[in-house]
Amino acid sequence: MTDTIERRALTREQLLSAYRMMRSIREFEERVHREFATGEIPGFVHLYAGEEASAVGVCINLDERDAIASTHRGHGHCIAKGVDVGEMMAEIYGRRTGSCHGKGGSMHIADLSKGMLGANGIVGGGPPLICGTALTAKIRGTGGVGVAFFGDGGSNQGTTLESMNLACVWNLPAIFVAENNGYAESTASAWSVAADNIADRAAGFGMPGVIVDGFDFFAVHEAASEAIARAREGGGPTLIEMKFTRYYGHFEGDQQTYRANEVEQARAELDCLKRFAARVTETGELARADLDAVDAEVATMIDKAVNEAKAAPLPGEADLLTDVYVRY
Amino acid sequence: MARSITYREALNEALTQEMERDESVIVMGEDNAGGAGAPGEDDAWGGVLGVTKGLYHRFPGRVLDTPISESAFIGAAIGAATAGMRPVAELMFVDFMGVCFDQIYNQAAKFRYMFGGKAVTPVVIRTMYGAGLRAAAQHSQCLYPLFTHIPGLKVVLPATPYDAKGLLTQAIRDNDPVMFFEHKALYDLAGPVPEESYALPFGEANVVREGGDVTIVTLGRMVHTSLEAAERLAADGVQCEVIDLRTTSPLDEDTVLESAEATGRVVVVDEAHPRCSMATDISALVAQKAFGALQAPVEMVTAPHTPVPFSGRLEDLYIPDAQRIVNAVKTVTGWTR
Repeated sequence: MTDTIERRALTREQLLSAYRMMRSIREFEERVHREFATGEIPGFVHLYAGEEASAVGVCINLDERDAIASTHRGHGHCIAKGVDVGEMMAEIYGRRTGSCHGKGGSMHIADLSKGMLGANGIVGGGPPLICGTALTAKIRGTGGVGVAFFGDGGSNQGTTLESMNLACVWNLPAIFVAENNGYAESTASAWSVAADNIADRAAGFGMPGVIVDGFDFFAVHEAASEAIARAREGGGPTLIEMKFTRYYGHFEGDQQTYRANEVEQARAELDCLKRFAARVTETGELARADLDAVDAEVATMIDKAVNEAKAAPLPGEADLLTDVYVRY
Repeated sequence: MARSITYREALNEALTQEMERDESVIVMGEDNAGGAGAPGEDDAWGGVLGVTKGLYHRFPGRVLDTPISESAFIGAAIGAATAGMRPVAELMFVDFMGVCFDQIYNQAAKFRYMFGGKAVTPVVIRTMYGAGLRAAAQHSQCLYPLFTHIPGLKVVLPATPYDAKGLLTQAIRDNDPVMFFEHKALYDLAGPVPEESYALPFGEANVVREGGDVTIVTLGRMVHTSLEAAERLAADGVQCEVIDLRTTSPLDEDTVLESAEATGRVVVVDEAHPRCSMATDISALVAQKAFGALQAPVEMVTAPHTPVPFSGRLEDLYIPDAQRIVNAVKTVTGWTR
């Protein structure tokens, strides 16, 4: 696929970092997919595989001033915002060593010290919270931004639309990232979104709306860096819509009888990692050996995360009653 | 002797003093200043009943008017709290919880536990409740039992100007999410309030009248109705102890149980509906933990299990009054096996 976007130069370190994060997310999700099938992982998991370019293309522009809110499908956002992969895996296994000491699980992984406000079990739960972190950044003059990730399902929630309006009324440094992967659970976004594009709704709030090929890291990075720079400078919110597909079902165990075989085609022709690798090796910015080294390093890291998670202790009985309040 | 100010003024003073003390305290809500974007006066209203009047000019940039968009701004207050602010958001009427409840009970209330003790969400949501202003079914409800049910929330209901100031100050300083209920019929009630800043601890009920015959456990506006009943009963020689719970979460079980043990007769007075309420909660507490001391079944005086009616004739029947409390006390004192 040809690249029509004049992209900003990324350093070798940034390119390696982006590839490492995308590969980490893919490896993490592929592994969770396999491990879930063994029955060892409790509860619901919603995998992000296929969508890596979105989380990484956005978050690579962020730093410690910035906060993000995520979705059911939150593993990718967590990794892209720097949450510890070992702690994440332990959390998914319900272990005491997990990001949330086993009290959150896949749908609630969070690390506020990293500006990660949590995956969210409520569709449309995140955007109002991001208005709050963006307001805080604005009042304190930190130059920070807030990024609300939500899906095509979340795009129809009142909370999301209310938040877009509030962010525009208050001129907040907030970015709304609609990850349109084609399906809200089993329902097609082409049916459930009453507009040609989610991004078209931006006009109704008087903010820029951008449609991006969500499989293209460089396109995502370009759109996100522009929106984030504008927000940091006081230029207000932007709505960015990623168009892509997810590689797995809504949740693990979803038989996906509602889908055609678009995943096979996406994996073969559109995959963000393949395209990234082709691009950077073609331009000579990175060598295949550089990427192979990252692949090996990530495989080892995920392997270690799974082994440690499986061996880690479960929460104790006393943990049931702790941390309901700071003080009661 | 402290000067006398109203419940409304006491709340305003707590907000003013806390905003002066701590720059991270911000205020937001519909018409909290009033007149945003309009051609006339700024700070036109200071909230629909004037509680936040004057703060807008005194604290530039820290009093934010919002669109009528409760999910967005209540959620924004919660998000700002996780980022280090101490927002005081106003949910104009608690009846409007339906258009923002998710942000309160699924987000704010759960962060600390769900994130393994790593989140701190010091948000205060001030809200008006209660019947008596002919405001009808969607602007008159109590609804504090719904919030009391949720682990992770604290629920506060001041009955007097003194408590309004001290409990709001505590709510703002508190590191957990606090639902702060202001009874709309109490805003003009005047009483002694010290000028200096002070905080009243949560989970400490107030024995507003001592008596050895019957314990009346109550809260919010019903404290005053209960005191009126107690006064009438005293004329008949029945001495009531009246306990104002002040906070329903945390709940001061000890004060309730100690009094129940002493009197053996308990009446619970609650303006909320009778099912799954503070009335049933306190009744169960006493039945479970003070059973041996009881000399009569616990009586409950509550609103009926109906929406709040509009017509004054009906609303007056709906709201528990002193006579019903007197009757309930007579039932427990006259009870024989």
